[in-house]
Amino acid sequence: MRIVGALLILVGTMVGARAETLITSLSNHRVLINSNYTGTQIAVFGAIERDAQTVARATSYDIVVTVRGPRQFLTVREKERLGPVWINQDQQKFPTAPAYLNVLSSRPIEEITSDQLRQRQKVGLSAIINSGDLTLKRDGADQPFRDALYRLKAQEGLYLEDERGVTFLTPEIFRASVALPATAPPGNYDVDVTLFADTVILARTQTHFELVKTGFEEQVGVIARDWSLAYGLSTAAIALLFGWLASTIFRRD
Amino acid sequence: MQIYLPIAEMPVSVLLILGMGAAVGFISGLFGIGGGFLMTPLLIFLGIPPAVAVATQSAQIVASSTTSVLGALRRNALDHKLGAILVAGGLVGSALGVWFFAAARRAGQLDLVIVISYVTLFTIVGSLMLKESIREFWSRRKGGAVRLRRRAGEHAPYLGWPLRMRFYRSKLYVSIIPIVGLSLFIGFAGALLGIGGGFIVVPALLYVFRVPTNVVVGTSQFQIVCTTLVALILHAVTNQAVDMVLAILLIVGGVFGAQFGARMGRHLRAELFRFLLAILLLAVGLRFGLELVLKPDEPFSISTQETRT
Repeated sequence: MRIVGALLILVGTMVGARAETLITSLSNHRVLINSNYTGTQIAVFGAIERDAQTVARATSYDIVVTVRGPRQFLTVREKERLGPVWINQDQQKFPTAPAYLNVLSSRPIEEITSDQLRQRQKVGLSAIINSGDLTLKRDGADQPFRDALYRLKAQEGLYLEDERGVTFLTPEIFRASVALPATAPPGNYDVDVTLFADTVILARTQTHFELVKTGFEEQVGVIARDWSLAYGLSTAAIALLFGWLASTIFRRD
Repeated sequence: MQIYLPIAEMPVSVLLILGMGAAVGFISGLFGIGGGFLMTPLLIFLGIPPAVAVATQSAQIVASSTTSVLGALRRNALDHKLGAILVAGGLVGSALGVWFFAAARRAGQLDLVIVISYVTLFTIVGSLMLKESIREFWSRRKGGAVRLRRRAGEHAPYLGWPLRMRFYRSKLYVSIIPIVGLSLFIGFAGALLGIGGGFIVVPALLYVFRVPTNVVVGTSQFQIVCTTLVALILHAVTNQAVDMVLAILLIVGGVFGAQFGARMGRHLRAELFRFLLAILLLAVGLRFGLELVLKPDEPFSISTQETRT
């Protein structure tokens, strides 16, 4: 028994010794939207910290950075032929689809880890889009809708994957640059950084940044929401005023 | 030059929006229609969320129609009495339309209802007008006097129904039942399709009631200002989808366009005016019809119900 116990302790310390720690930082935690906002870049920096007991590894480290935008309730519809016309028939609801999804990795994701681990841990764009809990109904016939979601979102530049998006500056320090298009909506963005070595996950961190409207843009949003009647009336007044102005300026008859 | 739209939450090119406002304003001023059926698809094409596009372009319609109404008032080309009846009936019709809108959405076929309504309305109204204007061109060509628009005793029977009312400015003495019916229908279609209904009012007043062309434009614009004002405020309160920055850009472009359109419209011969409007309506109807019949390149579409920030 004592031998088994000693062995367990040994295994335990070995597992402990394997642990690397991951330290990550974003260039910006709060991106401000003003009237000439046309998208932005966020840099993710990270370091892999190894203490004295950490075992030496034969293979190098791999990093996967996953950025998820605010969640949206989306409906994807499919047009089908009904007699002479094409109309929306089937649909699939995605109650918590990210508005923006960007997966950056230091190598093609298939080379970093196994298929099962990717599916289970939702690593990589296809694993996230094909995960079971993304759709509302799980009847299995939803693959075309998932594909369509990816295709349409990718066309808008909102779902991206970059197999070489993470660069190692030294074997233990890396950086990645996350491009946010202007159409990415304001809200909270989660940044997941996962450290792999030899197809296993060693460490994981999660940070956030926020995309917010400021100044005039924020004020307009707040007034439109909280003072909607006054906002509607003043927009109407502006419209009437411009209409009247134009008729006086251009008056000829 | 790009500017960020606070409600649509995306940047747009200022010059592009100004240009679009001017182009749609020109057509709107020329024909006395709101132009919403042209502006909404253009804005959606730019990537602006459909709810914001529908709600915001109504501000532009208010502005350009106000200009036209004021101009018509000065030229005494506005029938107040007729306009008031159209507005009152239109508001009742709108309520019915909003109810039907919700019912169609519950059934999941709102898109289909909208596209089919567009195709039927535009094709029917457009081809009737086209037929009429071609016949006019023809009779003018053959020489001889063009048939007068209205001869004594030449009235459709329903214009002689009870409750007759006199509209001096429009040179009308007709039963108000068909007029109220028209206004109810316009309100209904307007709420359902998100349009002011000018393209129905104009041909209806021209052909069914034989109102003089110059009065038709002023009166239809008056009806459009009133119903669109109500729609704009309702959109702001219920959907919070009115983007003030986008509205101002569209208005500035639109008022200039509408001025030139209205000025040109005054120099346009009446039958040419009707011919061009017919072509425009047919073209829009055809476009929606093709969308319905042709195999789409991308059969899938995404709609966003809500964004949790």
